Amino acid sequence: MSGYNFAYLDESTKRMIRRAILKAVAIPGHQVPFGSREMPLPYGWGTGGIQVTAAVLGPTDVLKVIDQGSDDTTNAVSIRAFFRRTAGIATTESTDAATIIQTRHRIPERKLREDQILVYQVPIPEPLGRLEPRIAETRRMHGMADYGLMHVKLYEDIARHGHIATSYSYPVMVNGRYLMSPSPIPAFDNPKMDQMPALQLFGAGREKRIYAVPPYTSVKSLDFDDHPFRPIRAPHACELCGSRDTYLDEVLTDDVGGRIFVCSDTDFCAERQAMKEAAE
Amino acid sequence: MSTPLLTARDLTLRFGRIAALDGVGLEIHPGEVVAIVGESGSGKTTLLRVLSGLMRPDGGEVSYLGQDVLGMSEAARRRLMRTEWGFVHQNPRDGLRMAVSAGGNIGERLMATGARHYGNIREQAAHWLTRVEIDPARMDEVPAKFSGGMQQRLQIARTLVTLPKLVFMDEPTGGLDVSVQARLLDLIRALVADLGLAVLIVTHDIAAARLLAHRMLVMRHGVVVESGLTDRVLDDPQHPYTQLLVSSVLAA
Repeated sequence: MSGYNFAYLDESTKRMIRRAILKAVAIPGHQVPFGSREMPLPYGWGTGGIQVTAAVLGPTDVLKVIDQGSDDTTNAVSIRAFFRRTAGIATTESTDAATIIQTRHRIPERKLREDQILVYQVPIPEPLGRLEPRIAETRRMHGMADYGLMHVKLYEDIARHGHIATSYSYPVMVNGRYLMSPSPIPAFDNPKMDQMPALQLFGAGREKRIYAVPPYTSVKSLDFDDHPFRPIRAPHACELCGSRDTYLDEVLTDDVGGRIFVCSDTDFCAERQAMKEAAE
Repeated sequence: MSTPLLTARDLTLRFGRIAALDGVGLEIHPGEVVAIVGESGSGKTTLLRVLSGLMRPDGGEVSYLGQDVLGMSEAARRRLMRTEWGFVHQNPRDGLRMAVSAGGNIGERLMATGARHYGNIREQAAHWLTRVEIDPARMDEVPAKFSGGMQQRLQIARTLVTLPKLVFMDEPTGGLDVSVQARLLDLIRALVADLGLAVLIVTHDIAAARLLAHRMLVMRHGVVVESGLTDRVLDDPQHPYTQLLVSSVLAA
């Protein structure tokens, strides 16, 4: 598209974002402020992720965008179209073929590789925000690794519900130092972040923060010795591909209580269905 | 005599033209309860805030077991604050997390110092609730449902759970009615004796000071006008201001 720079953002903005990304990679889990720009989509739709993607995108990259694990929801389709038009790059729905994957809510089921980058759209980067409303104080707590408060939250969960009831945006310790919110991915996906070969970048547009987990970095979900972390999934098999170890969405099929459970990762599910058909 | 736990020398602090602290010095020894009395605006609370490192004085020094409190890093001071020190606020709302259950409130200091076993934390919380005479069955209720006296006792339990060596108390009985005050004073006295705590207590209640404190300092206009053993100061006040203060106490 003429009149725009490659991947929409001008080069000096990209340089500013790359500097923030480099700093974030150097201090795993630490939130780095950056000059978030106005993007042609509303806050909460992925302005942070889209800026990070624009900054790391090259002409030979292949982009995949998922929203709630799905490749064909409005947001995923629109962001792919946005980069196809502004950068002229190839897009894909296949996790395997992608070099950059922008995501909201999920980590793909297929294991990611060293030559891939996972970009998260983050609505609320501050894991302590709900417990300590003063930003200056939460930054001080990060600076001093004063994280007792986060365990108070988990304690309250167990006292009230008998188990840790936090099922998404479950807080993690990165590299044994920084407490990090993994964005609203289900707790089920938390273990995938640990020692992941791919680079993980997090962008929060409204809150103007970038943070990162470099490849092969330790990411541990917080828990208690006698109440260890458990990834939670619906106890069903996928209606379409029969998988029993993937994260499932519950889908209503009619207005008389009919419902089915299907894989939330549409690409993974389609791949398995194709394999099943080929075998038959 | 034992080495002092906390020593302060020549503390000065001015708020504009008003001298809140003017050359104040004191020592607290392990297991000792020291009361600071004086009228409103005499600099009592300011002194407490300076000694606990919450506020920086214009001049003077504070040392805790040989460490320079004013010069130490914020990280070191915070560590001290959640392990060896405690602070009991006048208003329990300032010291408690009102949206967190009683058990969570007590457990916070334990978790901040690395406790990661839910069962043990709950056991400790129940133990401390019993010690401050709150029914452990109410462990999962939020402090907002407690009475003022119970909230204050909960704040004390939350502070003492890590067995601090030195506790700062700012008017702990303020805003409570007399019978509740009496019970709270009794409780504080028992805990202090049991645990061998050193306590620095700020109060304008002379009777409370007599009941709790071994030694007392009388402050006026930012200056310590008189200090000594509690009974000596109250029974034989030397300074005219102390004489006025003692004679102003109402006898029921």
